Amino acid sequence: MEQHAELLRGGVWHPRRANWRDLAALVLIVTIILLIGSGARQMLAPFSAAQQPEISLSPSALPSYALRTTMRMLAALMASLLFTFTYGTAAAKSRRAEAVLIPLLDVLQSVPVLGYLSFTVVFFVSLFPDRALGVELAAIFAIFTSQAWNMAFSFFQSLRTIPHDLDEASRGFRFSGWQRFWRLEVPFAMPGLIWNTMMSMSGGWFFVVASEAIAVGDLHVALPGIGSYVARAVEARDLAAVGWAIVAMTVTIFIYDQLMFRPLVAWADKFRYEQTAAAVVPRSWILDLLRSTSLLRSAGESIGAATQAASRVRLSSRSLIPARLARALPPALLDVGWYGLILLAVAYLGWKLLQFAGAELSWTDAAAAARNGGITLLRVAVLIVLATLIWVPIGVAIGLRPKVAEKVQPVAQFLAAFPANLLFPVAVYLIVRFQLSPVIWLSPLMILGTQWYILFNVIAGASAFPTDFREAATAFRIGGRRWWRDVILPGIFPYYVTGAITASGGAWNASIVSEVVSWGPTTLNGSGLGAYIAQMTEAGDYPRIALGIATMSVLVVAMNRLLWRPLYAYAERRTRLD
Amino acid sequence: MPDVKGAIIELRKICMAFAKRSGEPLPVLDDIDLSIHDGEILGLLGRSGSGKSTLLRIAGALIKPTSGEVLYRGKPLLEPAAGIAVVFQTFALFPWLTVLENVEAGLDALGLLREESRQRAQDAIDLIGLDGFQSAYPRELSGGMRQRVGFARAIATRPDVLLMDEPFSALDVLTAETLRTDFLDLWEEHQLPTKSVLMVTHNIEEAVLMCDRLIILSSNPARIAAEIPITLARPRNRLDEEFGNIVDNVYSVLTARTVASLGAFTQTHEALARPLPPASVNRMSGLIEILVAAPYGGQAELDTLASSLALEINDLFPIAEGLHILEFAELKDRALKLTAAGRVFAHSNTDERKRLFREHLLRFVPLSAHICRVLRERKQGRAPRLRFEIEMEDHLSRRDTERTLRAVIAWGRYAELFAYDDKSRTFSVIAKAG
Repeated sequence: MEQHAELLRGGVWHPRRANWRDLAALVLIVTIILLIGSGARQMLAPFSAAQQPEISLSPSALPSYALRTTMRMLAALMASLLFTFTYGTAAAKSRRAEAVLIPLLDVLQSVPVLGYLSFTVVFFVSLFPDRALGVELAAIFAIFTSQAWNMAFSFFQSLRTIPHDLDEASRGFRFSGWQRFWRLEVPFAMPGLIWNTMMSMSGGWFFVVASEAIAVGDLHVALPGIGSYVARAVEARDLAAVGWAIVAMTVTIFIYDQLMFRPLVAWADKFRYEQTAAAVVPRSWILDLLRSTSLLRSAGESIGAATQAASRVRLSSRSLIPARLARALPPALLDVGWYGLILLAVAYLGWKLLQFAGAELSWTDAAAAARNGGITLLRVAVLIVLATLIWVPIGVAIGLRPKVAEKVQPVAQFLAAFPANLLFPVAVYLIVRFQLSPVIWLSPLMILGTQWYILFNVIAGASAFPTDFREAATAFRIGGRRWWRDVILPGIFPYYVTGAITASGGAWNASIVSEVVSWGPTTLNGSGLGAYIAQMTEAGDYPRIALGIATMSVLVVAMNRLLWRPLYAYAERRTRLD
Repeated sequence: MPDVKGAIIELRKICMAFAKRSGEPLPVLDDIDLSIHDGEILGLLGRSGSGKSTLLRIAGALIKPTSGEVLYRGKPLLEPAAGIAVVFQTFALFPWLTVLENVEAGLDALGLLREESRQRAQDAIDLIGLDGFQSAYPRELSGGMRQRVGFARAIATRPDVLLMDEPFSALDVLTAETLRTDFLDLWEEHQLPTKSVLMVTHNIEEAVLMCDRLIILSSNPARIAAEIPITLARPRNRLDEEFGNIVDNVYSVLTARTVASLGAFTQTHEALARPLPPASVNRMSGLIEILVAAPYGGQAELDTLASSLALEINDLFPIAEGLHILEFAELKDRALKLTAAGRVFAHSNTDERKRLFREHLLRFVPLSAHICRVLRERKQGRAPRLRFEIEMEDHLSRRDTERTLRAVIAWGRYAELFAYDDKSRTFSVIAKAG
C-alpha cells in the first residue's frame, strides 16, 4: 500500500523483484489448484449405485478422502454464500418479501439437516443418473442446508442495521443498486458473515458423516470421503480406523482454519464498523506471507483493481420496474393483493397437507411423535442446565484471567468446530462394555459438540466485563453468592444467552444422529424424536419422516419464540446503562 | 418572496409530518418557503430538534416532504442530483475504504473514466489539505482529518450546492476553528467549485462568522421565525463590535422564540401538551447556585453564562428553560433572572429544597399533578407508563413524549412525588414509612 501512495505522489517506483516468499506462496497456490482440479475430476466420474467403489479403511486412503470431503464443504459454502446474497437481500429490500421470507427462514433453520437429505436425494440422483455428480450434489445440498440459514440471517440483520449516515451518504452520492451492494452492504455485513460462516463450517463437519454415507430407504450410497470412512469403520467395528479418522479430521480442520479462516478474519478486520482502532488486531501468517510477496501482491492488486472496477459499474434494478407504474398503483392495494395471495397459497398447501396426512397417518402416529418430542425436549432442557452449571463457572474463571483466556479461547472454538459424532463410537463401546442404560447415557452425546458455544461465549463475556465494576466489587468486598448474583452473572448474561441459543439449536439437530447410535451389529436406541426420524429415514417411510420433522420444527420454533427471544430481549434491556 | 432569479434550490410550501402512535400526523415542518441563492452561504439556525436537519435533507432530496416541492435550477427535484453534495455531521465515511477510495466512491455515480476520477479525487484531496493521507483508513485519522475527507468527497463531485449538516459540531473547539477557517479561506478565494452552501448549525458565532444570510427556525412545528442578512465584509473578525452586535441580536431572537413557545402552553392550559426540556435536577440547582453567587448576583445574560461555563448555547437552553418552567428563574430577552423562590432554593438545605421543588413541580408542571391524581384514583396506586404515553402522544411527537416523560420521572423522583419502576414500566405512589 505504501508504494501505492508513493506512485501517486510521483515518487520513484521500483520494479518488483521476486523473493523467496514468492516461491513459497506460489507452491502453496499451485498445490491448492491442483488438488481442487483432481477432486473435481473425480466428482464427474461415471457411477452406478450397484457397483460402488469400496471404501478403504487403510489410513493411507485418508488424505484423498479428506480432500474430497473438503471439496464438498467448499462447494456447499459457495452455494450458501450465493443463497445468502440473494435471499438475504430480497428479504431486507422488500417489506412484502420479508413477511414471507423471514418466517420461512425461521422454519428452514429448525428443520433437521437429515430431513432435507431424505427428501432430496432421489431428486438429485435422477438429475445425473449415471454420474457421481448426482449423488455428490445431494451430499453437497445436505451440507448446504447445515450452513446457509444462519448466514442468510446474519446478512439480513446486517442489512437492516446499516448506519443511517452511511445509507444517506450512498444515496446522496447516487450509488446504483450494484454499487451500493458492493460498496456498502457487503462490506458492512462482512464481519458478521465471516463469523457465521465459521459456525456454519462447524455445523457442516458435524453432518458430513450423515451426508456422505447416504441411507434412505433402499438407496445406500457411500461417497468417498471422511464421512463414509467413519461409517464404514463403525460398521466394521474398527476402533483403530475411527482413531485415524479423528486424526485426519483434526488435521483437516486445522489446515482449513489456517489457510482459509485465519486469513479471512485478519483481512476482514478492516470492515469493522467501529471507528476506533482495535486493541487486538487479528493476524494470519498466510495473509502476511501473501502480502509480503511482491509478485503475488501485484497479482492481488490487479485482482483488487478489477473487482473495484466491477463494483463501480452502474447497474441498477430500478430500471426494471418503471417508476411511473409503481407510483400509479396505490401501495395499500398492492398489500391487499400480496397478502391475499400468500393467504391463498398457505390455505391451499395446508389443505393438501391435511389430505395427505389424513390418508397416510393416524392419531397414534401423532401421539408417538409428540411423545418422542417430549422425551427429546426434556433431554435438551436437562443437558442445557447441566452444561450451564459446568461451563459458566469455568468460563468465568477463565475469562477473568486474560492470559489464560487468550490460550483457551481458540481451543474452545476448535472444539466447537470438531465433529463430536466421531467420538460416538467410543461412547457406544463404553456403554456396551459397562452395560449402561442407553436412554440416559446416550443423551450427553447430543450436547457434546455444542456445549462449547456456552463456554466460549461465557469466556468472551467475562473478558469483556468492565474492569471498574470488578474493582468496585473488590473495593466494597463483595464476595460469595452476592458477587455471583449481583456482579458477574448479570454482566455475562447476554453473552450466555447467545451461547445457549446456539447450543440448544445444535442439540436438537444433533439428536437425529445421537439418539440412535450403532457399533457394528449393535444398535443402541435412546428413543426420542431424533431416533424416530432416524428410524423412519432408514425405513424410507416418508409420511412419518415428514411428521417427525414437522414436530421438531414446531418444537424448535416454539422454544425460540417462547424462551430464547424473550430472554435475549430481557438481557439486552436489563444490562444497558443509558 | 425571495428573488427567484438567483435561486439554485427553492423550497416551496414544505410541510413534513411524522405519524403518531395513533396514526395521526404530527407536523414537524410547517409551510416553509426558502431559497438558496447563487453565491451565498445560507445558515439554518434553530433549537435542537427543531427540524433543521430534516429541512436540509429535504433540500437534498434524501427525504421526501409530506407536501410541497423542491426545485433545483427550476426543475422539480425528486431524487438526489449530481450537482448537490452533502457533508455529514458524523462524517459518514466508509470505514473499509481508504481516504482516496472514499473520495473516489463519491464520484462513482458520475460514470467517469478511471483516470479522470482518480485525478479529480487527487485534486480535491490536495485542495482540502489531505495530501499524504491517501492510503490511510478513516479509523487511523483524527476527527478533524475525517471531516476533511468528508469535505474532499463532497467537493470532488464539483457540486453547485454544498449541503452541510452541522459539519463542525462533532469536533473539538480548536479543530472546528481550524476547519472553519480553512473552509472560509477556500471560499473567499473562490477555490471551491461550489456556488452556494446551505449550512445547518446551532452555534451562533459560527453562523455569524460564515453565513451571508441566516434563517432562524421556531420549533414544534418549525416555521421560519426570522431572516437575518449578514453584510459584514469578509474575512470577518469576532472581536469587531459589529460582529458582537449581530451575535447579540441573533441571541435575542432565539431567546424570544423560546420564551414565546413557553408562554404558548400556559395560555392554552393544555396540561399534557407542554414538552419538558432534558434538564437534570443537578444541573438546574447548579445553575441556581452559580446565578446567586458573584459576579452575577441573581441575573446573567445567556451568552455570558454559556461562554463562562464553556457550554454550547444548546446545552444551556434546556437548563434555563427548566428553571423558567418551574419558576425558579425567569427567561427574558437574553437574560436569566432568579425569582424569589430561586433565591430561597439556593440557600436551603437538602430537605427544604426537596419540599420547595415538590411544590413548584405540582404547581407549574401540570403533567406531574396529573400523574399524582391518576395514581391517587387507582386502588393499587399504580399506573403503567403506557397510559400516559398514549395520552401525551396526542399532542407531542414520540421523541418529545419520551424526553418529557424522562424529565418528569427524574424531577418527580427527586421531589419524592411518585415512584417509577423501569423494569415493569409503571408509576406508583411512594410507600410512606409509618
